[in-house]
Amino acid sequence: MDVIIDAWPKILDSFQLTLKLAVYSAVGSMLLGTVLAIFRVSPVPVLRWFGGFVVYTVRNTPLTLVMFFALFGLNYQLGITFNDEFLYKNVFWLAVLALTVYTSTFVCEVLRSGINTVEAGQAEAARAIGLTFTQNLRYVILPQAFRAVIAPMGSVLIALTKNTTVAVTIGVVTAEGVNEASGQMKSMMEVNGDIIPLIFLVFAVGFMCLTLPMGLVTTWAARKWGVVR
Amino acid sequence: MSTSVLYDVPGPRARIVNLVASLVGLALLAWIGWVVYSKFDETGQWDSEKWRPFVKSEIWDTFLLPGIEGTLRAFAVASVLALAFGVLFGVGRMAQQASVRWASGAVVEFFRSIPLLLLMFFLYYVQEPLGFQASIYWAVVLGLMLYNGSVLAEVIRAGVNSLPKGQREAGLAIGLSYTGVLRSILLPQAFRAMLPAIIAQLVVLLKDTALGFILAYDELLYQLNKIDGNYHNLIPAAIVIALIYIAMNSTLGGLATWLEKFIRSRGHTAGPVGHADQLMPGGTAAAVPGGGAPTGPAV
Repeated sequence: MDVIIDAWPKILDSFQLTLKLAVYSAVGSMLLGTVLAIFRVSPVPVLRWFGGFVVYTVRNTPLTLVMFFALFGLNYQLGITFNDEFLYKNVFWLAVLALTVYTSTFVCEVLRSGINTVEAGQAEAARAIGLTFTQNLRYVILPQAFRAVIAPMGSVLIALTKNTTVAVTIGVVTAEGVNEASGQMKSMMEVNGDIIPLIFLVFAVGFMCLTLPMGLVTTWAARKWGVVR
Repeated sequence: MSTSVLYDVPGPRARIVNLVASLVGLALLAWIGWVVYSKFDETGQWDSEKWRPFVKSEIWDTFLLPGIEGTLRAFAVASVLALAFGVLFGVGRMAQQASVRWASGAVVEFFRSIPLLLLMFFLYYVQEPLGFQASIYWAVVLGLMLYNGSVLAEVIRAGVNSLPKGQREAGLAIGLSYTGVLRSILLPQAFRAMLPAIIAQLVVLLKDTALGFILAYDELLYQLNKIDGNYHNLIPAAIVIALIYIAMNSTLGGLATWLEKFIRSRGHTAGPVGHADQLMPGGTAAAVPGGGAPTGPAV
């Protein structure tokens, strides 16, 4: 127990880092996912193909490998850096980028399925009163599509929160050198062989504190705002 | 709703607008492609000596094929175990005894709400204190089994719940016991209806084997370091390995999509057929009560 109490500030730091990764990537992937979904239903063939291609390749690539490409491809080869001064900030944003790109393909597919639940009459009515494609999407289709997919979107965000652990691949740390939750758990397990189940339980409960409320909130939100058909 | 109702059949002006947008999009993509190409070219990533190994048998015999074998070995064993786990706990959640229902529910919800990587780390480090020789292979396989098995349990339960009430009632009316109804009427139909969703979850499992890389399990992604150490071609190796993953995952995903169509047309189930696509409303995600994440790091 002493080990847990001694390491408590570090554990909190690690979960804070996990949460930061999750929040930034959630915002990013919602935006990028929406853009991809618009690409996939747009009247411009090139955009449709491009959206489909991105979704197909990224979804079938393991996240670990996407992280790898972010670090070794974008950073080392293409020289894309988010912060020249602090290495840890740079790696953090690369991990956010990898999580964003990976998750956005799932957001895109969820949103596209939401667009498919909107009745054809809605789009036809919108066209009949002279709305253009973008106006149609913005005022008629997307608001209804978003409301139809609150629950699955919650599942995507929960999965994203759990996926932040993969950031350990490229070594995401805080300014003080504390790893995100999975890396922190690993290093604690390495030196405390006698209390491994306890350490696991602490981190598992930590993640449940993040994911279970997200599930409850999105289920509640889906009931409150979901479109009844 | 098919997406084509979102816009009219393009007239002369819309056709021009679409053409211009297409050309601008293509130009932008070409520019990005060229920037990536020339940057990689500067650092010599397209040099023939970095790519030549991949057309020789040596790299395949020593690294890539054993890597694929390692991935598939973990996938095969873990998917069989996960299916067994899923059936066991899926049925457990529908048991008549409240205690069994609660216990199965707690197990399933626990393993679904924590990251798979956390589970794998735990399963690896806990082996030695328990008196086993620590095996990375079993940490990976058991982790995959517990997580994906829990998701499959929910898929199977959702499949049974989505069957029409009359199926169960008819079974009970002809004198079958509760378990008899489940075994010979509900489960076979639920399994058939949910087969696309089950295969889709196996794609997630296959993709998650790559987490084994972090534990240094000798699977496909792990060959990256080895190949780079021998041939100094990290980026080409990463591209080749990504292509192998995409080929494997999309083959299995294609099977799920095909099965969805096949089962829709052939039937043999009274329930709605599950989606081959992970996270589709009406599929696993929405059909699973209480939200949760039916898909792993992979999602």
